[in-house]
Amino acid sequence: MDISLQQVSYAYAKDTPFEKRALYDVDLLIPSGSYQAIIGHTGSGKSTVLQHLNALLKPTEGVICIGGTEVVAGKKNKKLREIRQKVGIVFQFPEHQLFDETVLKDIMFGPMNFGVPEEEARQRAIELVRLLGLPEEVMEKSPFDLSGGQMRRVAIAGVLAMNPEVLVLDEPTAGLDPRGRKEIMDLFYKLHIEKGLTTILVTHSMEDAARYADRIAIMHNGRCVLQGIPKEIFSDEDRLMDYRLELPQSIKFQKKLEEMMNKKLPSLCLTEEALAEELARLLKKEREI
Amino acid sequence: MLEKMIFGRYIPGDSFIHRLDARAKLLFVFFFIMVVFIANNWITYGILLVFTFLIIKLSKIRLYFLINGLKPVVFLIIFTFLLHLFFTREGPIILDWKFIKIYEEGLKQGIFISIRFTVLVILTSILTLTTTPISITDALEILLNPLKKWKLPVHELALMMSISLRFIPTLMDETDKIMKAQMARGSDMTTGNMKERMNAIVPLLIPLFVSAFKRAEDLATAMEVRGYRGGEGRTRYRKLEWALRDTLTLLTLVVLAVILVYFRN
Repeated sequence: MDISLQQVSYAYAKDTPFEKRALYDVDLLIPSGSYQAIIGHTGSGKSTVLQHLNALLKPTEGVICIGGTEVVAGKKNKKLREIRQKVGIVFQFPEHQLFDETVLKDIMFGPMNFGVPEEEARQRAIELVRLLGLPEEVMEKSPFDLSGGQMRRVAIAGVLAMNPEVLVLDEPTAGLDPRGRKEIMDLFYKLHIEKGLTTILVTHSMEDAARYADRIAIMHNGRCVLQGIPKEIFSDEDRLMDYRLELPQSIKFQKKLEEMMNKKLPSLCLTEEALAEELARLLKKEREI
Repeated sequence: MLEKMIFGRYIPGDSFIHRLDARAKLLFVFFFIMVVFIANNWITYGILLVFTFLIIKLSKIRLYFLINGLKPVVFLIIFTFLLHLFFTREGPIILDWKFIKIYEEGLKQGIFISIRFTVLVILTSILTLTTTPISITDALEILLNPLKKWKLPVHELALMMSISLRFIPTLMDETDKIMKAQMARGSDMTTGNMKERMNAIVPLLIPLFVSAFKRAEDLATAMEVRGYRGGEGRTRYRKLEWALRDTLTLLTLVVLAVILVYFRN
């Protein structure tokens, strides 16, 4: 499902003295099946863009195309339900949205709202509990009795249970320990590949953007200032500095190393693994000589 | 969604009214409520209106906010106006149509009451629009201080008030966030019949309560960790300072009262 934003502007509290512009003429095209990262400094408008992706906010100007459905500024749209089913959003700290008596019931809430029969919803929920690596006995527990990390997984399962075609993630691993982070990010990537999901990741982590995304957009002061593939984006450090962003650790390391060795590596390494491989190859070559 | 609520909000500014001591403003409004009741004829109500208008001008607040502040009570004003219009039976009849009889005195009383209401609401709105909630609570605490003699926990009450005021915007943000999260999961709070809507509220209320209790606990811990133990011997970071202009402001109220007494019948 392609998603496109055309000249989208948004103002909070429109037509009151507290009006605050959050987005200015944002153009963004997210092709079906791509992994798009949106990065930017705090207050750059990332989260506002995200809420437009399933029409929780409607643009004050411009058009958003989600699949075949258009959301136009100032017009009512009756297909909102359809959009919301196809686009699942995992908000920041999604565990705050848990409410039901048991974990299973909470996961079933989404699909049942969209008319999935109870038995099927239950089946999906059980599968997701397993997929997310939660112990079986939590299923009948109250979500409020779980640990923070487990609550996060339950909340994520609640969104995945709707079988969305597009998965929007807003800092899904904020506040988790490094291992939990990696597990969850790897899981999202696996789903992205296996189910052909269109994934949109809003993040502060340059490492995650470099590792997983195939396209990156940079937001700055409510504008979408730069778009491209990770290697392009991270090859221009000065430009990133202008938007108060940093390079991923592996690229920082690579640059320092290149400076010390006075020699360039053949390509920009987006992950530690790629960097290690590149270095191993270099060492081998030197030994042969 | 909730961002449009502006009633009772503080609007930063630097007018004469903004700079007045919060205690002076509180006392002013308190006594003004009594003074309003002196008025009882066209001249005195006219004087009240002019006086209020001058205060609006002095506060440099845009009419937009005052009109917004009036909105919630417009129904009440209209209701009392109609009540007086139909049920006061004095003076000559000015309208007699089928079973409806309207007397001159009824019309007059209706208008007077409406003016009284409007003036009071505008004045209290100006108080909240020009004073930060925190200085209102500080002022309240100082003004109520004498009541400590009768074991009234003044400091604790003021603290409770400032904490609840402080958390209104936080809770509003929270509500907005959770509402959006549940809407993204297909919950619909704006359509359907009464029962469906009530059911849709549960997924909003439970997380909201959970997080409010969590916040309260965190706050209590944070206060305890920093050695909070009530108002005994506590000094203030923000000092309210009574100036000459505050005394003068209260004096204008005395002048107003004298003028009203002179012109009333």
